Amino acid sequence: MNFMQEFGQQMVNGIALGSVYALIALGYTMVYGIVKLINFAHGDILMVGAFAGFFVLTANGQDPSKISNPLMLVLAFIIAMAVSALFGVIIEKTCYKPLRKAPKINLLITAIGVSIVLENGARVIPWIGPNPKQFPVLKDIPIIDGISQMIKAQTGVFISPVQILSFIIAILLMLMLFYIVNFTKTGKAMRAASYDMGAAQLMGINVDNIISVTFAIGAALAAAAGILFALNYPQVEPYMGIMPGLKAFVAAVLGGIGSIPGAMLGGFIMGIAETLTKGFISSKLADAVAFGILIIILVIKPSGILGKNTREKV
Amino acid sequence: MKKNRIFNTITLLSASVIVFIVLAALLFTGIIDEYNGQLLTLAGIYIIVSLSLNLITGFTGQLSLGQAGFMSIGAYSSAIAMMNFHLPLVVSIIIGGLVTAVFGLLIGFPTLRLRGDYLAITTLGFGEIIRVIMVNLETYTGGAAGLKGIPSFSDTGDFLKDSIIKFSWVYVFVIITIVIVNNLINSSPGRAIVSIREDEIAANSMGINVSYYKIFSFTMSAFLAGIGGALYAVYFGYLNPVMFWFLTSVNFVVIVVLGGMGSITGTILAGVGFTYIQEWLRFFKDFRLVIFGLALIIVMLFWPRGLMGTNEFSIVKFVRKYIRKEHEGGSSKPSKIKGVK
Repeated sequence: MNFMQEFGQQMVNGIALGSVYALIALGYTMVYGIVKLINFAHGDILMVGAFAGFFVLTANGQDPSKISNPLMLVLAFIIAMAVSALFGVIIEKTCYKPLRKAPKINLLITAIGVSIVLENGARVIPWIGPNPKQFPVLKDIPIIDGISQMIKAQTGVFISPVQILSFIIAILLMLMLFYIVNFTKTGKAMRAASYDMGAAQLMGINVDNIISVTFAIGAALAAAAGILFALNYPQVEPYMGIMPGLKAFVAAVLGGIGSIPGAMLGGFIMGIAETLTKGFISSKLADAVAFGILIIILVIKPSGILGKNTREKV
Repeated sequence: MKKNRIFNTITLLSASVIVFIVLAALLFTGIIDEYNGQLLTLAGIYIIVSLSLNLITGFTGQLSLGQAGFMSIGAYSSAIAMMNFHLPLVVSIIIGGLVTAVFGLLIGFPTLRLRGDYLAITTLGFGEIIRVIMVNLETYTGGAAGLKGIPSFSDTGDFLKDSIIKFSWVYVFVIITIVIVNNLINSSPGRAIVSIREDEIAANSMGINVSYYKIFSFTMSAFLAGIGGALYAVYFGYLNPVMFWFLTSVNFVVIVVLGGMGSITGTILAGVGFTYIQEWLRFFKDFRLVIFGLALIIVMLFWPRGLMGTNEFSIVKFVRKYIRKEHEGGSSKPSKIKGVK
């Protein structure tokens, strides 16, 4: 394998990982855009989604080691996204809503509390437990395998079935999100609320509902990302959401928090940076490089790549 | 004015000595057993690091999520100073603080342009970078396997004696930290720092050099966190980068917020309380952290200002009130101290 092929392979890996990060980052950025909260529990919502998908895929009468029925996979995505969305809304209503006018740091600590409860709650639930569980492997789905082999024959770059699925799901969900945010009434209300919550309220927008919808959408995206993540490293465990959550948050800040295209861009940059570091420098330093990029970009352009520069007024 | 200062110093000094004698005596007679002595010592270390965080978050208003990173720099540098260069304990601890202060200075620069959540995430990233570097510098830090064999405060073999000596060391450093933070906050630079918390733009327009004081406060905070980390290293005798990950920083944020941001006494109370609650919750085994998380949410929902808010419990004021009462009760002469302000 020559250098260009190696590089191309790493880029493909990076974009696949980046599309997962981008999905998670979208949730962060949307929530931050409206309520100005770093939702530390977002990574754990991802874990909830991954486990929901796990239970669907290993339910009665299925081979727990691999996924062979594409319909079950679709069902797993739908159920996981619904369960996570429900979690997101419940958490928002019970924990974040009463603190909407409190100082920011209190909200932040509440979010950390929620995250601790979700992680350790999962550990004490008997069906989940603290030990990692094997996630079913994506295998023998003819269409995806066919695409993978075709690309391999044409370019020499190997794209695994999971990576192809990541691209497809990520692009599909991003298009849906794009449609919701830009072409529906809810989306318009969301944009209005993130622009100026008070004014939106005066225009007759039910801001509470909009915030709930935002949390639900963000959580659903995280759930999809969770399943993709679990398919990639075929296992699930209660702490699995922490690192992808942190990195996706970095991605959101990198792209400019509050900006939806920024979150996608940031996600891809993080993914590519991580795999390139792993491939060409050192696998141990990958995390340090990711955070290093964040600090450098923030120092040069504090509002992120696509973020708006807000001037502070007295 | 001078008389006032002497009175304050004497009161505080005697109060800290009395508290020390009482605690040491309780330890010595076995009323506080070694286990609780260890916990109090650990609480002392938590107090030092939390006070350093309070300086930057509570008083300067810059949220930092990387205090564990500072702590680990202090811990590793002092451990290396002791093990590789065979320097005495006190010197090593101070070296730990100074090395960390240099890093605090470096991380202080980006904070000039960042605020709020952006700063929080930058400090978080910084903490993680430090952790990854500590894992990779295997020759000096022992890498992921950890660093063993750090000399202890005292190694007489007698548990009781050891725990009293450990406690005394940490206690002295706690007192020094409290004095540093308290005097800083009540000095002219301290007022500048607090004004940055209240309103950065207003402070700037009043002629306060915001950049200077922010970096100053970060450096000071890093120094104290480094001292705390150095004591932590000696206390455990073992270091591992995992000890200083993101959730460790969160623990200190929790202590500061529970005690009340911008309250020194609040931080002290919350530091001791936090250590004990963590221990008591071990009884619940796996449910420990679930309860801890729930408690955190409930406290934030119903008690958002923390234990003390920005108030302080002042021993000096307490003593004065007492003396004044004595005077007023004993004779009709006006109190001498009353006139001094």
